[in-house]
Amino acid sequence: MTLNTEGDTHVVVTRRFAAPPEAVYRAHTEPHLIQKWLLGPDGWIMPVCISEARPNGKIRYEWTNGKGGGFYLTGEYLELEPYSRIVHVERMHLPNPTPDNHVETRFDQDGGGTLMTLRMTLPDAETRARMLATGMEHGMEASYVRLESTMLG
Amino acid sequence: MPNLDAAFSALSDPTRRAILARLALGETTVMELAEPFEMSQPAVSRHLKVLENAGLIVRRVEGAKHPCRLAKAGVEAIDEWLAMLREALARNYDRLDQILADMKPENGKV
Repeated sequence: MTLNTEGDTHVVVTRRFAAPPEAVYRAHTEPHLIQKWLLGPDGWIMPVCISEARPNGKIRYEWTNGKGGGFYLTGEYLELEPYSRIVHVERMHLPNPTPDNHVETRFDQDGGGTLMTLRMTLPDAETRARMLATGMEHGMEASYVRLESTMLG
Repeated sequence: MPNLDAAFSALSDPTRRAILARLALGETTVMELAEPFEMSQPAVSRHLKVLENAGLIVRRVEGAKHPCRLAKAGVEAIDEWLAMLREALARNYDRLDQILADMKPENGKV
């Protein structure tokens, strides 16, 4: 897995999977599959998962830790190209909504597996910083990897 | 205890990130920082104030100079936080690996 910030407003995540793009795409769009893995830290579950995988289709994920802690995410699908590309927007409710995070997810055939490239675009650097600091957004917070290496190297 | 929210907010500015990168090389005075960034000393001082309030740098008084350096605790706190987030994300994808492995027989039927 790689995680990088790009420019002032992007966060890019890549990950390889030992399954064809169709399977990885389905695991990103079908609620009964999403609920099994998109959970973040151990102990969290997703009791509500709405994923209407069509243009303008709704997204709503609700997480709880079973101890009174919880938050939710809403969004809309913009473009879907089975089984290679998904474009959607999402926002966390904490409980006030965060600015929209525009996300493009690509699934490219990589031998017998899949290379996934997830590219987030935030409205501005400040929002990206807030997102990273808040530390939610289904465990998708990336990092100032480049900065870290600069600072700690 | 560094304030992570303030720290990330401070890091959202490219000039402040560059200042931190410079400080990673060693203690520096405001005057020395102002030169490469082609900024006025008051402008640099404003950025330093933000970094100081976020717990990312510390400054000491040495006569009229105020040399500043990276605050180890602040930098380490951010590093730990990011490691935790990266781990949460990695766990998500490890779980997904398992889901995909379980889907294989299903694919065979299709």
